[in-house]
Amino acid sequence: MKPQVRAEAETKPVGKKSPAKADKKKAQTRKPAGKKKAPPASRRRLAEAVTEHIVEIVSDSGEGAQRCGQSFGSIAARTGLGIWTVEIIPAEIQPPARSVAGASGNRVRLASRRIMNGGDEADLVVAFNEQVLLSRVRANELKPGCIILLESKWRDDPDPAIAQSYAEVTAELTAAGYRLHEIPMEEECVRFVPDTRRGKNMFALGMLCNIYSLDLALAQAQVRFAFRKKDEKIIDINLELLDAGYQWADANLDLKFAIKAARPRDPQIVVNGNTALALGVVGSGMEVCAMYPITPATSASHYLSDIFEKVGCVVHQAEDEISACAFAIGASYAGKCAVTITSGPGLSLKQEGIGLAVMAEIPLVVVDVQRGGPSTGQPTKAEQGDLLAACFGGHGDAPKIIMAAATIEDCFYSVITARKIAETFNMVVVVLTDASLATAQQPFPRPRFREDWLAPPIDQSAVPEDAKPYDWDPRTGMIERFIPGQPNGMHCLTGLAHDRASRVAYDPEVNEEGIRNRSLKLAAFQRTLKTPPVHGGDEGDLLLVGWGSTKGAIEEAVDRLRAEGKAVSSLHLKFLQPMASGIKEVLQRFDRVMTIENNWCDMPDGDLIDEYNRRYSSLAWLLRARHLIDIDCWGETRGQPIKPGRIAEIARGKLS
Amino acid sequence: MHAPRTECLLNLIDQEYAIRDYQSDIPPRWCTGCGDNAILTAIQRLCRDEQLPPEKTVFVSGIGCSSRLPHYMNAYGFHGLHGRAFPVAEGIKMRRPDLHVFVTTGDGDCCSIGAAHWIHAIRYNMDMTVLMHDNQIYGLTKMQASPTSPRGLRSNTTPRGAYLEPLNPLTVTLGVPNVSFVAQAADWIPETLFDIVSQAYRHKGFSFVRVLQRCPEFMPHRFDAFVQDPSLTRLLVHQKGLTLTPDTSRTYRNQEIHDPGDLNRAREIASLTEEVPVGILYRNSEVPCYEDLREGERPNTPGLIRTVLDEEFDKFTIWPEDQPDQPAAS
Ligand SMILES: Cc1ncc(C[n+]2csc(CCOP(=O)(O)OP(=O)(O)O)c2C)c(N)n1
Ligand code: SF4
Ligand SMILES: [Mg+2]
Repeated sequence: MKPQVRAEAETKPVGKKSPAKADKKKAQTRKPAGKKKAPPASRRRLAEAVTEHIVEIVSDSGEGAQRCGQSFGSIAARTGLGIWTVEIIPAEIQPPARSVAGASGNRVRLASRRIMNGGDEADLVVAFNEQVLLSRVRANELKPGCIILLESKWRDDPDPAIAQSYAEVTAELTAAGYRLHEIPMEEECVRFVPDTRRGKNMFALGMLCNIYSLDLALAQAQVRFAFRKKDEKIIDINLELLDAGYQWADANLDLKFAIKAARPRDPQIVVNGNTALALGVVGSGMEVCAMYPITPATSASHYLSDIFEKVGCVVHQAEDEISACAFAIGASYAGKCAVTITSGPGLSLKQEGIGLAVMAEIPLVVVDVQRGGPSTGQPTKAEQGDLLAACFGGHGDAPKIIMAAATIEDCFYSVITARKIAETFNMVVVVLTDASLATAQQPFPRPRFREDWLAPPIDQSAVPEDAKPYDWDPRTGMIERFIPGQPNGMHCLTGLAHDRASRVAYDPEVNEEGIRNRSLKLAAFQRTLKTPPVHGGDEGDLLLVGWGSTKGAIEEAVDRLRAEGKAVSSLHLKFLQPMASGIKEVLQRFDRVMTIENNWCDMPDGDLIDEYNRRYSSLAWLLRARHLIDIDCWGETRGQPIKPGRIAEIARGKLS
Repeated sequence: MHAPRTECLLNLIDQEYAIRDYQSDIPPRWCTGCGDNAILTAIQRLCRDEQLPPEKTVFVSGIGCSSRLPHYMNAYGFHGLHGRAFPVAEGIKMRRPDLHVFVTTGDGDCCSIGAAHWIHAIRYNMDMTVLMHDNQIYGLTKMQASPTSPRGLRSNTTPRGAYLEPLNPLTVTLGVPNVSFVAQAADWIPETLFDIVSQAYRHKGFSFVRVLQRCPEFMPHRFDAFVQDPSLTRLLVHQKGLTLTPDTSRTYRNQEIHDPGDLNRAREIASLTEEVPVGILYRNSEVPCYEDLREGERPNTPGLIRTVLDEEFDKFTIWPEDQPDQPAAS
C-alpha cells in the first residue's frame, strides 16, 4: 500500500522550465549523454525549491555507496539541513555482484527542518547497476515517479545476459513511470581511476552535491576528512572524481533542487546510534565493557575499543555472551558498574547471569541493540522484538529496569542514566536500542560533559562491625553494597536465596523477605519517574503509543494527521519497566488507543484470529495487563524502520 | 588497572591473622569423609601462612558441593552460577589486581558446563589460584556421571555404566597455549596438597590445581586403591617443585624427578593411566597475564574523560556559522 502524497513533499517549481516537462524529456534520453563535452556554464539551471527529499544511493557492496551516502549526509548536515540517514545493508559481507539481495548503500533524508526518522519512499535514487536498483523497487522503497540515476555501462555489456537484463529493467521502470536518467559513470570515472569500483562513489557524491545545490568547497573538505587516513594521492583522485561528478551533473542534468538550510545556533554532532552509545559508555564513567561480537551491536564495541583505552578502560571480548555477562558482573561486583552490549540471541544467553545480578543485587547495565528474531532471524534488520524477553526473560521473579532509547541522542544519554540507576538501586538496567538507531545518523546538540555523570570512586572504607550486606531498607528495599576490599564487609554473595547476612536461606519467611525487598526497589524507583508528555493534544479520538526507535515516525504521522484536522496524539515511553504513574489517565482521555510497534501482532481477521487467541504486540500486552484498558495494536516485522506514511494510514483506518 | 591503592595506607593495628580468622561462622556442611574438607583446611592454612587480609581475598565458585567452599571462608565470597566461576573471577581481577582471587570449582562445573570458560581462562592467564575438586561425579545433584567419571561407572544417568572414556583435565590444560601452571594433588595427602596450593598461589598467572577428591557418598571406593597402595602414586619432585617431608618421602617411594619447565614430559606424565601423578607438572612464569596486557596507561579521571570525549566530539561536530568548521566523520 502506498501512503498518500505528503503535504510537505509537494514541490514548488521556481525555474522557468516546468520540471515535469524537463524530466519527461530526460526520461526519453536513452543514449548515455557522456560523450558530449560539457557545454559552457551558461547552461545555468534554476533550482526547484523543495522542503525535503529522500535520496538513496545503492551499489554492490564494496563499491562505496555507503561512504557516499554518509558523506552526502554529513555535507548536508554541515550546510544546515535536517538529515536522517539509514543504512541499506546486505546480510552477507560479499554478496554476489549485481544481485537483488546484495544492495548496499544509504538512504539520506534531507529537510529544511529537524527530522526524526527516515521518512517514506525515496524521491531520487542513484544506482550502480540495475539489479541493486531493482531491490529497492521490489521493496516498494521508491515514490511513484521517483528520479533514478542509473549507471549506463551495462547496456553495452559484452555478456548478452547482462545487457538484456539491463534493457528489460530499464524498460520496465520507464514504463512504470519512473524518471530514468542513464549516466555513463564508468566512462567518466575511468579517466581518473583504473578500478572504477573504487571511485564511482565520489563521482556520485559530486553529482548529488550539484543536484542538491550543496557547496562544493564543503564537499571537498568532507572528502578530505573521509580519506584522512589515506595518502595525498588518493585524496587528490577522490577530489577529482568529486569535481567531475559535480561538473558532469551541472552540464548534463536538468535536475536541481534547493532545500532551505539554516546553520544551527549551537554546535551539533553527527553520529549514528552505536557511536552515540559508545560515547555514552565513556561519559558514564563505566570502566569495563564485556561483549561478544554480534550484529548489529558490534559497531558500538568497535568504536569503543578504539577510544576506551584512552581513558584507561577496557573492552573485553569474551569467549561467548554467557562469559561476557559474567565478566561484567564480576567487574561490577568488585568495582564500578560495568556494561555488556549485545543483541537478541546474546540477550537470551545472558539471562541466567542477569538473574544472578538481580538476586545478588549487583549493578549491571545490559544494552540490547535489537535485531530481527527469533533465533538468528534477521541480523542486520530492525525489529523491536525483545521487550518482553528483557522484562521477563529470566526464570523466577527477577525485577529489573527496562528502558528504551528513542533517538540517536537518546542512545548517548540512556547509557549514562542507566549506569546511575543501576548503581543507585543495585539493579540491572537493560537499555533497548535497535538496528535502525544503530546505523542511522542524525545531528543532535553536542553534549557538554558533566562530572556528575560519573560514578564516584568505589568505597574502600571499613563498614561498621555489625553491618549486614543485605540490610534491606523497610521502605525502599534498598541496600548498600559491600565491595571487596572494605574491611568488615566480608560475606559470601550467593545466587541462592539468602538472608540479610547473605547466608543461604532455608526458611520460607527469609526467602519471601528477599523477594519482597528486591521487588520493592522497583516500586521505589518507579516513584522517581515523571509521566511522559503527550505529543499532539491532551485528549482526542486516537492515541498512538510507542517505545524506542519508532518515536520520530509516530510523531511525524501524528503531525500529518493533525494537519488534516484529526484528533490524534501520541505517547512515547522511555521506561517500560516500571512505567511512570499517570499513564492510565492519559490513555483514558482518548476514545481509542493503539500501540505502534516494530514487532509481531496478530490482526483480528475474524477468520481464525479473534479476541480469544489474538497475540498482541509487546507493549500492548504490558499496557493491557497493567491498565485493564482494551488497547489495540499494530505492528510490522518487515525488518525496516516503520514509515510515517504507513502509520498515518493505519491511524486513518482506525479512525474510520 | 587503577584499583584503589589501599596497601599504601598504614596498617595501624599490627594484626597477625590466625586460622580462625579465615573460618566463617558457618560450619562446613559436607559429608563426613568428604575430600572437600581437606581442601578447605589447606586453603585456610595458606591464607594464614601468607597472611592474606580477609577483606582483600575473594573466593569465587560455581555450583556444586565443592562450590560451597566460599561460604566457609571468612573472606569475600562469590558463589555464583554453575560453570561460570571463571568469567566472574576474571571480571573481578580485571579492575582489582590488588585482590587475591581464588576459584573453587568441581569437575562438572569446570570440565562440563564451564568447559569453554575453562579453556579460555587458561589462555587469559589471569593471576588467580584455581582448585578443581575432581570427585569424578556430580555430587550436589546426586550421582550423575561427569566428564571425568571412569568408563563403565554406574551412576543415576548411566545405570548400565558410563559409555565414554573420561576427559583428562591435565592433558587438556597442558594442551592450551598460554598455560602457565598445572598441578595435581590428592586430598588424602594433606602435606603435599598444602605445598601444591601454596606454590599455585605464589605463581603469578592462572594456577590450575586438580585435586583428586574423595566423595564417600557417591564414589565410596573410587580412590581406595591409591590410598591403600602408595606405590600407585607417582610423586613429582624437583628443587623447583615439591619439597617432601621425610615422612611423605618414606611413604611415597614412587618418585620422579620432574622439572616443571619441561612441557613435553609434563604431557607424558599427565597421560599416565596406571599411576596417579601428584606434584607440579608444569610452571612457566614468563607467560603474560591478561590483566597486565590490558592495563590502562592512565587512570580514568573525570578530567581525562572530559578531554577524550571532547576530542571525539570534535570529530563529529558541526559548528555554528561563527565558529570554526571541521568536517564530520562519516
Ligand atoms: C544451569 C544449571 N544447570 C544445572 C544445575 C544443577 N547442578 C548443580 S551442581 C551440578 C553438578 C555439580 O557437579 P560438580 O561440578 O562435579 O560438583 P560437585 O557437586 O561434585 O562438587 C549440577 C548439574 C545448575 N545449578 N545450573
Ligand atoms: S556428596 Fe560427595 S562431594 Fe558432596 S559433600 Fe558429600 S561426599 Fe562431598
Ligand atoms: Mg564433582
